[in-house]
Amino acid sequence: MEGITGNIATVGYGLATIGPGIGLGIVIGQTQIATARQPEVAGRLFTNMMIGAALIEVLGLLGLVAGLMFT
Amino acid sequence: MLPGERILSTAAIALPILAETEDSSGSGFHAPGIDEFFPPAIFGSTDLDSWWGFDRIMMVRVIMMVVLLLLLWLGIRRAKLVPGRGQNIIELGVEFVRVQIAEQVLGHERAKPYLAMLTTIFFTVLTMNIAGVIPFLNISGNARVGLPLVLAVWVLVVYLAAGVRKHGVGKYLKAQLFPPGIPWPAYLLITPIEALQVFVLRPATLTIRLLANMMAGHLMLVLCFSATNFLLLEGGGLVKLTSALSFAGGIFITLFEVFVALLQAYIFTLLASIYLNFALEEEH
Repeated sequence: MEGITGNIATVGYGLATIGPGIGLGIVIGQTQIATARQPEVAGRLFTNMMIGAALIEVLGLLGLVAGLMFT
Repeated sequence: MLPGERILSTAAIALPILAETEDSSGSGFHAPGIDEFFPPAIFGSTDLDSWWGFDRIMMVRVIMMVVLLLLLWLGIRRAKLVPGRGQNIIELGVEFVRVQIAEQVLGHERAKPYLAMLTTIFFTVLTMNIAGVIPFLNISGNARVGLPLVLAVWVLVVYLAAGVRKHGVGKYLKAQLFPPGIPWPAYLLITPIEALQVFVLRPATLTIRLLANMMAGHLMLVLCFSATNFLLLEGGGLVKLTSALSFAGGIFITLFEVFVALLQAYIFTLLASIYLNFALEEEH
């Protein structure tokens, strides 16, 4: 077996998950902190978290789609 | 299409083991790729880029739509003031869309004209997504671009129409493309970005989010269960034991997919109502 065979696109998807991973961590973590401080607005905070998470998530998914398409 | 792809193959935990057994057994492991989403047509045209081939995914869509309509019809056929069990579940879903999504974002009065659309979208997306984990259907109706695209374009048309009807064409475009309160040279940057947002990026991201989530889920399921099959049947000695691991992974991902199906239906509907809210907002 000579070296590694495979497709570099798989590495690309791995890279594409880093940014959204950090972003989701920040969004969800900050929502946790905010909820702990003000549990009475937890519902509203959760909705806003889902919106932010959905926007961030697209970036990671773009990496997946690009990996499948441009190879 | 894209022959010889091994797109998600490195995601397999057991890949080193697979590579070893590949040489000895000779049959090899087939990693799932994008071909999964373009199965051969059952009837109709069999050309790959034909519009008239009726394949597995189309069949799943039709079946799930019939099931959804049937369930809704059975549930509300004899709707009572004190709901029975079936009616209760349907009311739970409808109420969830109305209270948790539409009214929370749009407010009680403004949500009313759009409740039908949002509820339809929620139930459609949910039913199509759930098909991804139902045995023998095994693929989501949203795993190919057609259905998410139709839903997203529907949302686009509705929020554009809502904005135009409320503010008039000129005022609506002005409010969307020229947000007030910034120095005028900034419009050179802001206006193209906002135009792209309103007309392209919102529906495009709605489509891609749903599509890619369902694609990824399906690929993970295929990977886990085909790895289980391969390891159990063709692995030698102790390697057979690792199939238990990939099978457990498959079960876990199946459960996770149920969660993702619900979540995506929620997010799609939530974002649709948020975009509606942007269009209906008063000028400030």
